[in-house]
Amino acid sequence: MQELEKAEYSSVRVTPKGEDRVIIEKDLSSEEMILNMGPQHPSTHGVLRLECKTDGEVVIEAEPYLGYLHRCFEKHAEMVDYPGVVPFVDRMDYLASMNNDFAFCIAVEKLLDIEIPRRVEFIRVIVSELNRIASHLVAIGTYAIDLGAFTPFLFCFRDREHILNLLEWTSGARMLYNYILIGGVAYDLPQGFKKRTLEFVKYFRPKALELQKLLTENEIFVKRTKGIGMMPAEVAINYGWSGPMLRGSGVDWDLRKEDAYSIYPELDFKVCVPDGKSSDIGDSLSRHLVRAMEMEQSLDIVEQCLEMMPEEEGFDPKAAIPKRIRPKAGEVYGRAENPRGELGFYIQSDGKSTKPLRCKARSSCFVNLSAMKELSLGQLIPDLVAIIGSIDIVLGEVDR
Amino acid sequence: MEDTQENMPQSSEVIAAGKVWHVLREKFGDAISELDENPFMPFFEVRQTERWREIALYMRDSASLRFNYMACLSGVDYPEEEMLGIVCNLESLGHHGHKIAVKVKCDRNGGTIPSVAKVWKTAEWHEREAFDMYGMIFSGHPDPRRILCPEDWEGYPLRKDYQVQETYHGIKVPN
Amino acid sequence: MGLLDANISKHNVLVTSVDNVLNWARLSSLWPMGFGLACCAIEMMATNASNYDLERFGIFPRSSPRQSDLMIVAGTVTMKMAERVVRLYEQMPEPRYVLSMGSCSNCGGPYWKHGYHVLKGVDRIIPVDVYVPGCPPRPESLIGGLLKIQELVRMEQIGISRAEALKKLQEKSIDPGQLIQDARQGVEAS
Repeated sequence: MQELEKAEYSSVRVTPKGEDRVIIEKDLSSEEMILNMGPQHPSTHGVLRLECKTDGEVVIEAEPYLGYLHRCFEKHAEMVDYPGVVPFVDRMDYLASMNNDFAFCIAVEKLLDIEIPRRVEFIRVIVSELNRIASHLVAIGTYAIDLGAFTPFLFCFRDREHILNLLEWTSGARMLYNYILIGGVAYDLPQGFKKRTLEFVKYFRPKALELQKLLTENEIFVKRTKGIGMMPAEVAINYGWSGPMLRGSGVDWDLRKEDAYSIYPELDFKVCVPDGKSSDIGDSLSRHLVRAMEMEQSLDIVEQCLEMMPEEEGFDPKAAIPKRIRPKAGEVYGRAENPRGELGFYIQSDGKSTKPLRCKARSSCFVNLSAMKELSLGQLIPDLVAIIGSIDIVLGEVDR
Repeated sequence: MEDTQENMPQSSEVIAAGKVWHVLREKFGDAISELDENPFMPFFEVRQTERWREIALYMRDSASLRFNYMACLSGVDYPEEEMLGIVCNLESLGHHGHKIAVKVKCDRNGGTIPSVAKVWKTAEWHEREAFDMYGMIFSGHPDPRRILCPEDWEGYPLRKDYQVQETYHGIKVPN
Repeated sequence: MGLLDANISKHNVLVTSVDNVLNWARLSSLWPMGFGLACCAIEMMATNASNYDLERFGIFPRSSPRQSDLMIVAGTVTMKMAERVVRLYEQMPEPRYVLSMGSCSNCGGPYWKHGYHVLKGVDRIIPVDVYVPGCPPRPESLIGGLLKIQELVRMEQIGISRAEALKKLQEKSIDPGQLIQDARQGVEAS
């Protein structure tokens, strides 16, 4: 039994790289202090609370406390029928509602075993990639604010509004769309959508570059993020990291490639992994770089989809939606690549009712955040803010 | 790895899971149940709950399995069988690419499940969440507290027979 | 108050009541607490950011409750958060205003029925002055709500209570349905 215990601990621990940044004089008698951060704090991105044990400016341990936005998603999912869950899924990760809906619909459609019209698949990919850009823009903008730069935030929100306008035009809502339904989408794309979206893509490419110059090549920003919050790939996998976080640690892993759902296998895009030239692989800067690079990949995807999308007169995107959604008994784990990582839904159906028997959301931020304790070990308090920002949490998804 | 896994028909996932299951069956015999070969999520059940940690460790470290990534751990309530359980979705990320789901069950009243929080760090918070929502005890968990609900919350919200409390710290709870 | 466009030359004396000047100063620099809870917080951020630019109303988010006079409850208040919200409210200096943004903080919103951990309306714990409906409200409606707060400030006088000011505001307010109907008739007539 002892061997068992020992073997369990064999999973690797993080040793903060760049330890020379922090000099702790061992002989000085020091006192531990408890510093409470949040739930109301401008840089915890919502209602996260961190209880930090500090020794002077050095964080010895930062314990996250969650649940300040626990909105009982799983209870609601058991109480309403399948199409009724979609609005609640929207409100989980409110920065990327389209992607959330997409993941949920993939899970239910797997269980239902229905064929989705090809045009619908294209529409879904276009809207969710646009939403991915919008979400990364918020992530980058707020990260800049955390580190003291206000202008990128304004730039990001200005460009985000353009995407919101496009999505509002498509779905009727600004943020929480309820657009992707099980087996289809709510409306066909509006007339002229292609033209305006291409205009946006053309407009946004130089803006993304501008943002890059303003932030990623900014000396202060680089100094604040490089080498901070190091996470080696092996530990990241053990922690269950996914999405930009895992790719920031140098693991070439993207569910859009690995699971090849929807029409992603037909599209030409690359998985963004930092090359280690401008950042140390696995630090906060790498994670930021991945997001910045992903925006450009998403633009490529949107462009390709608009090109490849089959045009159909009088297309009914709701045609494939089953009249009554009652999957046969079984269990399924469906997942998709969210801007923050792997969003999975474990759904259990008893085959009799129109409500799921159990619907568990595997939230990407929740899992990513669980490494907070390890990441903050031995960092300075200001760097803690840089680390939280680089995890890019959305508390609605952490607490559900 | 990408090509072999994705371009084949859906059943390839089940075939891969079958291979995994055979390896485990050879090692652990009757401790694990037959493989449920459904096309969406092939799974097996751990019959001897107390051996779950041993099995998990073997699944992580054995060269032919290498389940280094835990995608999800969900608590489940089985009121008819008077049982609670967990469902773990495991995957070998970057090594073999196969997936399998494992179910572990315990008694509904005061049942315990061995914690695998040290095997996969993902499980630490997920087990806390399962405890928070269903109330099964994870023995050997490094930090067995509630995670989402407040510490002094009454009852386990996702149990099928959950009744919401009337007041919390003097604030009315139901509508 | 139209001071800027009144073409006043040098050495003028303006006469007004103390109330008016005080209220004008207060309503032109409403500092809300930058405190987001859920989805609505993103819309609040969007309202603060480039396109909607709340600073033109003198509204600028402060990070500390002790420096702010307006609390925008933006998002779902849960049981765990409720006591913190009360504490934040108590830390704010008087006179303080509360704007409840979005259905969740108005009444529980979509979590009304099964949300065991959701507080059904922030007015169960702190007094609310203005409610802004929507899930989430558009930036325009948030601005509308903030203008209502400004109106409320304008109603206040030395010697009358907040409740009386609210009542006055209510009496003064116009039924939007009537306005819409008038506009429609205008369009039809033209």
